[in-house]
Formats: sequence, C-alpha cells, structure tokens
Amino acid sequence: MSSLVSQEVPLIFYLLLSAALFALGIVGFLIKRNLITVFMSIELMLNAVNLSFVTFAHQWHQVRGQIFVFFVMMVAAAEAAVGLAIIIAVFRARATLAVDRIDLMKL
Amino acid sequence: MHLILFFLFAGFCLAGAINLLLQSHPINSALSLIVVMTSLAVLYLLLGAEFLAAAQIIVYAGAIMVLFTFVVMLLNAGREERTMGSRTWRAVGFPAVVVLFAVLATVILNTRQMGVAALSDGITTVDDLSRMLFHELLLPFEVTSVLILIAILGAVALARHGHGEPDGESNPNRSRERTVGK
Repeated sequence: MSSLVSQEVPLIFYLLLSAALFALGIVGFLIKRNLITVFMSIELMLNAVNLSFVTFAHQWHQVRGQIFVFFVMMVAAAEAAVGLAIIIAVFRARATLAVDRIDLMKL
Repeated sequence: MHLILFFLFAGFCLAGAINLLLQSHPINSALSLIVVMTSLAVLYLLLGAEFLAAAQIIVYAGAIMVLFTFVVMLLNAGREERTMGSRTWRAVGFPAVVVLFAVLATVILNTRQMGVAALSDGITTVDDLSRMLFHELLLPFEVTSVLILIAILGAVALARHGHGEPDGESNPNRSRERTVGK
C-alpha cells in the first residue's frame, strides 16, 4: 500500500507482466492452429523479453540493456520478413495454413 | 500517476494478449497484437526509454504488423479449425506453461534488490544511446545492417513466384495461379 501513496511502481510488477506475456505467448504457440497466428505468438514472446530487458536497464542504469532491445527489434524485423516469405511459399506449395496439414517432415 | 498509467496499460497488454489467443480469425489476432505493442511502448516510456518507445511503435506496431496484416489479407486466411492434435497439446502444454509461469513468478517475487520506477527518474536520451551505440557497439550495428540486407534478399528469393511449388501431385489452385501469373 505504501507504493500507492508514493506513486512509485516496483520494478517487480514490470517483470511479472513480462513473465505473464511470455507465458501467454507460449500458450498461443501451443494452441493456435494457424501458421500466421503461431508466428504472432513468437513476436509476443520477443516483446515480453524486451520488456524485461528495459526493466533491468532501468534498474542498473545501463544503456546497454536498451541497445540490446534495439538489436532484438532489428533481428525481429528481419525474422518477420523471412518468416512471412516462408509462410507465403508454404501456402503456395500446400494451399493451407493449418499447421496440422503441413506434415511433410513427419515420420 | 505512474501507478495508474502502469496498471492501465499493463491491463491493455494482458487483455490484448488474451484476446490474441481467443480470436479465431487471424486478422483479429493481428489487431490485438498491435494493442499489445502500443501499450508496451507506453510502458517503455514510463521506464524512461523514449527512443525505444518510438522505435517500438514505428518498427513493431508499424512495419512488422503491417507486414502481418498484409500477409493475412494476401493469403485470405480464414478462421482456423480446432483439431484433435491441438486438444492433446492443450492437455500437455497448459500445465507445463502454468508451472513455467509459477517458477518465473517465484523467482521474481523472491528478488530483494529490485528498485522502484517513478516518473521523476529521468529519461535515457537519444544522446546517451547513440554515444554508446556508435562508439562501443559500432561493429554489431554494422553487422546488423548486413543481416537486414541478407533478410531482404532471402525474403525476395523465397516469396518469388514459382518457388516452393511441389514437383509431384498438383493441387487445383496451382494451375490457376500460374495462368493468372502469366
């Protein structure tokens, strides 16, 4: 209750939010059956990790933490471009986006 | 003020993430992911990372999500069907995720050294950020630009017409697509 008065947010709250977003991303990765939505869940997990990076950068007053988030963003942009191109190629080959139907490599 | 803003936008974040899971149409999931990313930008601003807040909106909520919605509309992705495979994974995956979250939360709640964030903490300026980025981390920065160049080439090569089509049995969409393409 003391934080309510002093108007300060414990950084633990930010870390808990980050963990919750990461867990929701994993749940989405497991239960979604659409290739594009699975990819979106991965982006959600990346964002959750970015939030904890920024939180720790604030805690230790380090600029490097924020720069790491910057690099993660750039890599995520590259990953999204290549990943979506792969999704388009898979859709051309199989005419479906359901991950259950894309089972060419299954034993 | 900080507390109100935090809980408001943390609530938006969680609501958007849960909505992403509940929606069955990919375009609705994409729109709720935009809500998550924009709220995260506000949270970055609360933590004093103004450049990252701007980059989050421009790169994530702007560029990446435009790419996602573009692909969803290009492929005309309909609503997904629930299959038996997903049910078994739900039975195995949910407890595993709950355990993972419990472990993470326990570790976080047991930390003693974490401080607090207030609005008066000050902002990491672009000046500080670029001084570090262009003096000490110049090589990784340049390597990343090469990585993005390779990603552009890879994306063009992968999505080019005629790539990734099967050699054997044909599907009805393919011949139509070929004639339309020519």
